[in-house]
Amino acid sequence: MVGQRASRWWTTGGLLILVWALFPLLWMVSLSFKDPNTFRSQTPTFFPSKWVWTNYQTVFSDALFTSALRNSIGISLIATLLSVVIAMFAAYAIARMDYPGKKFLLSMALAIAMFPQAALVGPLFNMWRSLGIYDTWIGLIIPDLTFALPLSIWTMSAFFRQIPWEMEQAAQVDGATAWQAFRRVIVPLAAPGVFTTAILTFFFCWNEFLLAISLTSTNRARTVPAALSFFTGASQFQSPITAIMAASVVVTIPVVLLVLAFQRRIMAGLTAGAVKG
Amino acid sequence: MAEITMKNIVKRYGDGFQAVNDVSLDIADGEFMILVGPSGCGKSTLLRMIVGLEDITSGDMMIGGVRVNKKAPRDRNLAMVFQNYALYPHLTVFENIAFPLRLRKAPESEVRQRVNEAAEMLELTEHLGRRPANLSGGQRQRVAMGRAIVRKADAFLFDEPLSNLDAKLRGQMRTEIARMQRRLGTTTVYVTHDQTEAMTLGDRIAVLRKGVLQQVGSAHQLYEEPANLFVAGVIGSPPMNFVPGRIADGRIETPFGTVAPTSERITRIGDRDLVILGFRPEYFEDYSLVPAGARTRGHTFTVDVDVTEWLGNELYAYVPYEAPEEVTRQLGELERELDSEQMRTQLVVALDPASRIRSGTKAELWFDPERMHVFDAATGDNLTRDPDRTFDDDNVHAGVRTE
Repeated sequence: MVGQRASRWWTTGGLLILVWALFPLLWMVSLSFKDPNTFRSQTPTFFPSKWVWTNYQTVFSDALFTSALRNSIGISLIATLLSVVIAMFAAYAIARMDYPGKKFLLSMALAIAMFPQAALVGPLFNMWRSLGIYDTWIGLIIPDLTFALPLSIWTMSAFFRQIPWEMEQAAQVDGATAWQAFRRVIVPLAAPGVFTTAILTFFFCWNEFLLAISLTSTNRARTVPAALSFFTGASQFQSPITAIMAASVVVTIPVVLLVLAFQRRIMAGLTAGAVKG
Repeated sequence: MAEITMKNIVKRYGDGFQAVNDVSLDIADGEFMILVGPSGCGKSTLLRMIVGLEDITSGDMMIGGVRVNKKAPRDRNLAMVFQNYALYPHLTVFENIAFPLRLRKAPESEVRQRVNEAAEMLELTEHLGRRPANLSGGQRQRVAMGRAIVRKADAFLFDEPLSNLDAKLRGQMRTEIARMQRRLGTTTVYVTHDQTEAMTLGDRIAVLRKGVLQQVGSAHQLYEEPANLFVAGVIGSPPMNFVPGRIADGRIETPFGTVAPTSERITRIGDRDLVILGFRPEYFEDYSLVPAGARTRGHTFTVDVDVTEWLGNELYAYVPYEAPEEVTRQLGELERELDSEQMRTQLVVALDPASRIRSGTKAELWFDPERMHVFDAATGDNLTRDPDRTFDDDNVHAGVRTE
């Protein structure tokens, strides 16, 4: 049976990739529960010999981490919201209308997404300082938007293109005004796309490191990925590794929760069945 | 209920393309009108102009005596069934059907009653809680129809509603639509390119070609008295055979011999150098099966039969013949317009299934020259047409005659 053998290969391959991807994650969790004083023992074990919460207590009592968490949440949410709202209008225009320069606009958006961030860091640093927005939320939100917007526009216009726009006409014939057709038919159809885009954009902003570390200097605006590198642990005589791992686990949790909670929404083929299938 | 009147309707797009050209058509209250033609003939555009999804360049569109050119679709009170159904995927079947009523803010009890009525009529009652994604093609089609009938709209508009269904389901839905329309008595305009739908569903059929109305009439009128080559080619399956001919001294030369019809419809044409003769496949018969009394009335000729197809209730025989260049070119153009492509000049002949004629043999065929159509070779007009001929079961609505 060729088919069976092939499917077994797929299963094996899938498992290998899963182990490959999960191993660092498991290691991170395991380290975060180890005792910071003894984790470098003579006989290393994968799982801690004694599970302790001290690392978590350390990170949450550290102002560096708690303020970074606050900054991360605030900056990511604001950047995501702005990016999704702007991208929604852009994607609607791209999917629905024909106007000169549309192709150019799309390829420019892609070019910006491809642009190496590192090349921008130096000029931005100088500019932000003279503008007085260095080490502020807005100073991070603006460059985040620059890179998140192309991603949002591309994702969302791909979703919008799949919406059967005939539906809008059907609604109008059924007696809807243009606004009613949009709100009662198009919005529910577009929602999964907007949602997915919002989640992807949020991840992008949440994980952003290079800009966060270059454009901040204090707890005022430093986000978690940047703050982690300044971590010292409970005292300067202690290795900060287990505490950093605990902090990493804490910032990974919202991402994992978001994906688990919305994976059905993300993948929902809500438009299935609208037209001949 | 309303009658739909179109006066000199024109649709010209921004790039100058004229999709609909000066169409005038009266559709009586309660009438079932079919719009038919090859793809790109403007039939869907015309339908979309009636419903208001397409602007009208010039002309008057009257529904129930009111000019609606400038009215939004929602103010025209028409119901439309789209080719791909256009169901709302996020709503249940119940809410899909109820959608027009919800927009009108109808009271809950009325919505419930009307939707249940429609669902019962379309046998959708047990599916009301499901979503369109979980329905079969035929069920989706019925939901789309349900959404149209709860409205109590002035007219129904169908845009090739059955073209996405398989052949068997199409047959069932066709009768379903016919039954529904008879029961509700609502004015209906139905766009199709399907032969059977066009012939069986409507009270009258309007044939369009490149945006120009060719002929309007009952299925019988179009089949028996087509106005021109185009209509003759569109209506009927397999299509009418077109062969070159010449008229001299009241005798007509055909590729299968010279005949001398005596009826007035043919003799009044006069002498012509080149004409196109039209024979429906069933005009021919196997000579050996023709009753003795009829044999002398018709013309008998011998041909080589290329291929035969026995279908149980019918036998199709294909007979190749030579045609002059000039005629082949014109017929080729016509074929292209009708979306078909015939490789060679050949006759398609429908014979009695009892016939013993088989592929690759010589056969004696018979036809009655009085039945053939004669078309002008240059203009394509039917020279033998009697425009006033009516048929017993024509369902022509009182006072409606559009020519």
